[in-house]
Amino acid sequence: MGSYFKNIFESATSIFEGMSITFSHLLRKPVTIQYPDKIARPLAETLPDRFRGFLKVDMEICTACLACMTDCPIDCIKIVTKKDETSKERLLFQFDIDMAKCMFCGLCTEPCPTGAIHFTREFERATENIEDLVFKFVPEGQMILPYKAPKKESASGAEAEEPEEA
Amino acid sequence: MQQFADWLITKIPHPESLPMEFLYAGIQVAFALLVLMLFVAPFAGIVSFIERRIAARMMDRVGPNRVGPQGFFQWIADGIKSLLKEDIIPTAADSILFRLAPYLIFAGMFAAFVSIPFSSGLIISDLNVGIFFILAITSIVVIGILMSGWASNNKYSLLGGMRSAAQIVSYEIPAGLAILAVIFLAGSLSMQEIIKAQGAYPWQWFLFDNPFMPIAFISLFIASLAEGNRTPFDIPEAESELVSGYSTEYSGMRFVFFYFEEWANIYLIAAVGTTLFLGGWQIPPAVRTWAAGVSFALPHLLEFATFFLKAAVIVFIVIWIRWTLPRLRVDQLMALCWKYLTPIGFAATLGVASWMVLFPQGLPMVRYLLVAGALGVILYFFYRVFYQVWYTKQPIHLNPFV
Repeated sequence: MGSYFKNIFESATSIFEGMSITFSHLLRKPVTIQYPDKIARPLAETLPDRFRGFLKVDMEICTACLACMTDCPIDCIKIVTKKDETSKERLLFQFDIDMAKCMFCGLCTEPCPTGAIHFTREFERATENIEDLVFKFVPEGQMILPYKAPKKESASGAEAEEPEEA
Repeated sequence: MQQFADWLITKIPHPESLPMEFLYAGIQVAFALLVLMLFVAPFAGIVSFIERRIAARMMDRVGPNRVGPQGFFQWIADGIKSLLKEDIIPTAADSILFRLAPYLIFAGMFAAFVSIPFSSGLIISDLNVGIFFILAITSIVVIGILMSGWASNNKYSLLGGMRSAAQIVSYEIPAGLAILAVIFLAGSLSMQEIIKAQGAYPWQWFLFDNPFMPIAFISLFIASLAEGNRTPFDIPEAESELVSGYSTEYSGMRFVFFYFEEWANIYLIAAVGTTLFLGGWQIPPAVRTWAAGVSFALPHLLEFATFFLKAAVIVFIVIWIRWTLPRLRVDQLMALCWKYLTPIGFAATLGVASWMVLFPQGLPMVRYLLVAGALGVILYFFYRVFYQVWYTKQPIHLNPFV
């Protein structure tokens, strides 16, 4: 008989305590972030330091060495170079990265001699057309002269595109 | 209702040439439809939205926030979505019973609203057996649930239906005993008469009439939760074991009928509790005379607001309990009913009866003490709430909007 009333008392007090805990949660701020409607800080600030977003190629310093293309395990990078007949220079005709295929492994960024290919902090690119996810770094119909590291003597290459720290 | 119908009939030219019974019946049916369309259906929908938001905040989430301002139109979106869904009837199901079951459940729940008072004048029909009618008509819901469980030809549905029937039939006993205590005090079964026997102030409510009434109220509340299949008594639709219980095979609008019944039933629980124990629509007489001087409708509006506010508090507690307590096991459920609530219900009923014999006029001091005790419990509760907040060192965030 004693345990009977003890049961009643204990369930009543524990329900009372449990309800005070759930009610106290009504007075707290929700921890969920309402992305993308309301974000307290710009998204890039909230991402971790080594976040792997979309790949980006800085064409100013790309040497067209094709190291990234050969290292890519799923062949999502496509680079086309062609030798110009008159000036005998190698020219970049096409530099496409298919981000729909890319698995963000980072193997292309490691062999790059100039750090031209790198991860950005961008990752929002929802689209209805998968073709939109092919990033073209050489505009169609144009060609780009790849970057050449200046010689140590710095006699020949005094071009305007010389990097600052070189 | 009678007043209102009489007033309407005076507007008709040559009323004496018309069949009066049909006129009254027509006005009542029209009023019932209005209550269904303008009150019960939106209430059930809005409560479903509010429950999701409260649940979300209790889990430190945000809740529905996409459809309309603050996500408020989520319930309309859900309704439209369900209307457009395919209505599937399994090949092996008993198709006639399968189709009939949602209507029985819906009718059983909605018919109870016939004698739910909204104010001193706003009641579809003030039956002289009001509370008994509500107890009886809501039993049709059991038949519907059992029917849907059987007709679905699915083991989960059948188990859910059986569990629900066992649960509702068992818990009618403690509910009936608690209601009996109120009937002793009021001396009537009519909902309006029960409210008129109480007053506007807490110490005039039946809840604080004598020390046995709070016990009766709590056992009625627990029993109503069980009859409404609400958590912690939701074993008929226990989704971790029975998929969705008796509504497993239903889809589209038929499925919505089940959930409509569940949400509207919360209001029914709250309205019955408010009527029997919390003084219903009673407002202080001074306020009533002042309001009656201003306009014919104002006292009714104030009464409706009072009733609705009290009911809303109970609705909130029902929702709140759902997100606090885990589901009971079947044996625990039966133990709670037969070993705890039924003996306590008998004790409370006998206690109320002997109290009425010993103190026919009641004891005002006891009423005041009980009100003070209830206030003390509420204050201690909020002390515990703020202790929990302080203990977790969280800043207080009161904004209910997203």
